[in-house]
Amino acid sequence: MTEQQTVPESRMTGSQALIRALEEVGVEVVFGIPGGAILPAYDPLLDSTKVRHVLVRHEQGAGHAAEGYAVATGRVGVCMATSGPGATNLVTAIADAYMDSVPMVAITGQVASPLIGTDGFQEADICGITMPITKHNFLVRNADEIAKTVAQAFHIASTGRPGPVLVDIAKDALQAMTSFSWPQPLDLPGYRPVTRPHSKQVREAARLISEARRPVLYVGGGVVKARAAQELRVLAELTGAPVVTTLMARGAFPDSHQQNLGMPGMHGTVAAVGALQRSDLLVTLGARFDDRVTGKLASFAPGAKVVHADIDPAEISKNRHADVPIVGDCRDVIADLVVAVQNEHAAGRKGDYSAWWKTIDRWRETYPLGYQTPEDALAPQYVIERIGKIVGPEATYVAGVGQHQMWAAQFISYENPATFINSGGAGTMGFAVPAAMGAKVGRPDDTIWAIDGDGCFQMTNQELATCALEGIPIKVAVINNGNLGMVRQWQTLFYNERYSNTDLQSNRIPDFAKLAEAYGCVGLRCEKAEDVDAVIEKAMAIEDAPVVIDFVVHSDAMVWPMVAAGTGNDEIKYARDMAPAWDSED
Amino acid sequence: MTSHTLSVLVENTPGVLARVASLFSRRGFNIDSLAVGPTEHEEISRMTILVNCDEHPLEQVTKQLNKLVNVIKIVEMDPQASVQRELLLVKVKADADSRSQVLETVQLFRAKVVDVGPDAVTVEATGNPDKLEALIRLLEPFGIKELVQSGLVALGRGSRSITDRSLRALDRTA
Repeated sequence: MTEQQTVPESRMTGSQALIRALEEVGVEVVFGIPGGAILPAYDPLLDSTKVRHVLVRHEQGAGHAAEGYAVATGRVGVCMATSGPGATNLVTAIADAYMDSVPMVAITGQVASPLIGTDGFQEADICGITMPITKHNFLVRNADEIAKTVAQAFHIASTGRPGPVLVDIAKDALQAMTSFSWPQPLDLPGYRPVTRPHSKQVREAARLISEARRPVLYVGGGVVKARAAQELRVLAELTGAPVVTTLMARGAFPDSHQQNLGMPGMHGTVAAVGALQRSDLLVTLGARFDDRVTGKLASFAPGAKVVHADIDPAEISKNRHADVPIVGDCRDVIADLVVAVQNEHAAGRKGDYSAWWKTIDRWRETYPLGYQTPEDALAPQYVIERIGKIVGPEATYVAGVGQHQMWAAQFISYENPATFINSGGAGTMGFAVPAAMGAKVGRPDDTIWAIDGDGCFQMTNQELATCALEGIPIKVAVINNGNLGMVRQWQTLFYNERYSNTDLQSNRIPDFAKLAEAYGCVGLRCEKAEDVDAVIEKAMAIEDAPVVIDFVVHSDAMVWPMVAAGTGNDEIKYARDMAPAWDSED
Repeated sequence: MTSHTLSVLVENTPGVLARVASLFSRRGFNIDSLAVGPTEHEEISRMTILVNCDEHPLEQVTKQLNKLVNVIKIVEMDPQASVQRELLLVKVKADADSRSQVLETVQLFRAKVVDVGPDAVTVEATGNPDKLEALIRLLEPFGIKELVQSGLVALGRGSRSITDRSLRALDRTA
């Protein structure tokens, strides 16, 4: 939020009050599409010098763009749509933001209040629909409530555990006259997020860290949300404990750091998965024991005590019992933990993890991430690895969902928080292009690469038109294996290679390079390993237009390692039918 | 599984009942009984919710409820330290032959007859769920034509009030 300046009471319409309120909370961009019920709001929007409106091609794009903007900047992302289908098209993005705790405010028009409940034209009960996928939502029927509701919505979206808030405003409230003043009172008696951790619990956590022999810092997206990467690094180096960064936390701790074991979970590294499984203490920071991380819960990290720090008390002991629960903002928690661990050290208590590191280093050496290079086809992992190498860690990478997402998590080295943006909890295909667009709007000086799949790309690529027209020059690498790759991988492994409806034939139709050109972007294609570097460099040289590269890759490549769904993490395979030997002594 | 009585103070705003009810169903909990009504403070409504679940899921549902922005406070009522009541209205077959027996049962339970017809009486009774169940069991042989029951309401014993502190919080922000 910007500094709060007092705005004296003045008369205006509800629509004007809405735009003024958005300006006052510091909104600089809104992604949206107008329509009947929201039309009054779009009139004063035309005059706003502070709020830029990006006209998208589909409301889902507006929602994901708001998410990409929010993750890239740490600010609240805003999307706007009309009633009925406009609002329901936002639902996927809202659900996505809810699962990944993305601060977002969605503003929707609603039919005029006398029509509410009559099945009026373009009426949908969007508050009812989004109740389970928003942190909170509001239906505003009265112009006098608009400014106050906007203030509350932004407060709720951005504080505590961030999340999406929907504000549904009846058309007659937008049209009516009201008096506007700022600031507005935050009248929320039931909303009191706890951010300061309990010192006794923090001391207990520090004591366990000293006593542990096989600790792991299990780091989740909460550390990125709390902007606690620096504090985390201090804690990690102070304790000397190994660190695993979940899909949502890639970049929260530098991949180049010796203590980083990489990503845990279904497609995690053998070292990260093995370390969690054999740990005697999980120091869980802003992570939530998601099933993709734990595998079969009953056999997850069986010998570990659990310290669990999260800003949301409901996450603690939800899936795994916490021996030391800590409710608080990760930045405060980690800062306090650093002091408590220093006190432990001062008192002569310091954990000795040398034997633990020996074991872990053996896993790292024996089972590094890798892939096979096919003889006369392009390996998708190679493409992604080269993009990461050439583009570097200062850029931001935005992935869709599927194989390419996992490879982007595995084969790109992240050094900075919030430089890997993807759809984790919801697994929303089609996330990458609009989210990359939003990220680029939020960080116009940064290079933004969407790493997308051919299936994902075909769900939301119409936003390329938005990018081309609005001057949002993102790069899109379509990892085109012609298939719904991850689903195909499961069919290979679990359905006897019966490939039911996963062949998109997108190596034939559409022609992605031509499609890109049609959208006013630069379209490139690459089919050979020896051309990969040159095409990436060519894309990097283009600064005035979005670029799409169609990387035609091998369709049989699979994501390894893998813990098959429903099995325990100990059943991890680092290649097909290849299980690591955990306890072989050297 | 055991039965738990939750007193939930909520903001008196439209949609709050739907939020609470949908949260229970979405997280896979069954509500055994639910009563909502005004409190001594016009901005606050009070829900009394009876859930049947183990201790750990109860903690989880309480935490999830607490996350609802319109929920101000949740207190689990200890059956020993609270007064818990339900209201029962039941229409029992009662002709000239059986009426006196029905009335005798009604009196035993300190219930009252609120409507009399030629072949039926309507009985009103309040009490804890056990008492009402016992009454229904004894009335069943006469023939129950229609029965309706309210959700349970509960209030802690003694002079303390669970709304005190929440109300102060409300006043501060007002």
